[in-house]
Amino acid sequence: MKWLEFLVPGLFLALLIYAEADLPERGDPEAAASVHVSPSYIERSIRDTKTPNMVTAVLADYRGYDTLGETLVIITAGLAVFLILPRIETPRSR
Amino acid sequence: MRKRYENPVVEGVARLMVPLIQIFGLYVITHGHYGPGGGFQGGVILAASLMLLRLTLGEEYEHRRFPPSLAVVLATSGMLLFVLAGLFPLAWGASYLNYAYLPIPGLPEPEVRYLGILIVEVGIGMAVWGTLVTLFDHLLGGEAQ
Repeated sequence: MKWLEFLVPGLFLALLIYAEADLPERGDPEAAASVHVSPSYIERSIRDTKTPNMVTAVLADYRGYDTLGETLVIITAGLAVFLILPRIETPRSR
Repeated sequence: MRKRYENPVVEGVARLMVPLIQIFGLYVITHGHYGPGGGFQGGVILAASLMLLRLTLGEEYEHRRFPPSLAVVLATSGMLLFVLAGLFPLAWGASYLNYAYLPIPGLPEPEVRYLGILIVEVGIGMAVWGTLVTLFDHLLGGEAQ
């Protein structure tokens, strides 16, 4: 069965290379990602938020929900470790 | 409990570097409006400064100055700041996380949104800072007591 370990990733690689041919060129202004909301962010971010760094404007303002979820993921990981794996000895565990 | 790393060179360099690292972390958080940076990156840098102190000066001393429970409080209050920044506009009749409706009087709308982004970045920074220090405190294996 050793050949299967090489066959499956090989097939997947072939699939990815085949799919890559359909991707738009890098920096293509006509690509789907560049014609939907990006122009309006680029035009409006300074006027709306007075923030020269439009990445920050998108991250914290236009896409605030996404950032809220990301922060929630991080804090959930921290709280899970705090609640499940306490290395600092508490009086109960003695 | 991780013991003090008893080497004057290491200790001196750590004591010298930590204020600079922390100032740089605050700079990265507040400079997110103008360049690369923001709450996530700045919070990580601030957490790194505390980890350096814990590795060099020992946890017995450092846990008195910045206890592990304070890190959890810091993380959750940062998250609370973010959620409240979303809830305030909701109370003023706008959609969730619409910073233009934050109750800051006397400023035009873009400036209120600018401040809203800053509040949220500071909240993210506190959350990431506290979370990473919590992970460090509870996951790092130390020498036996």
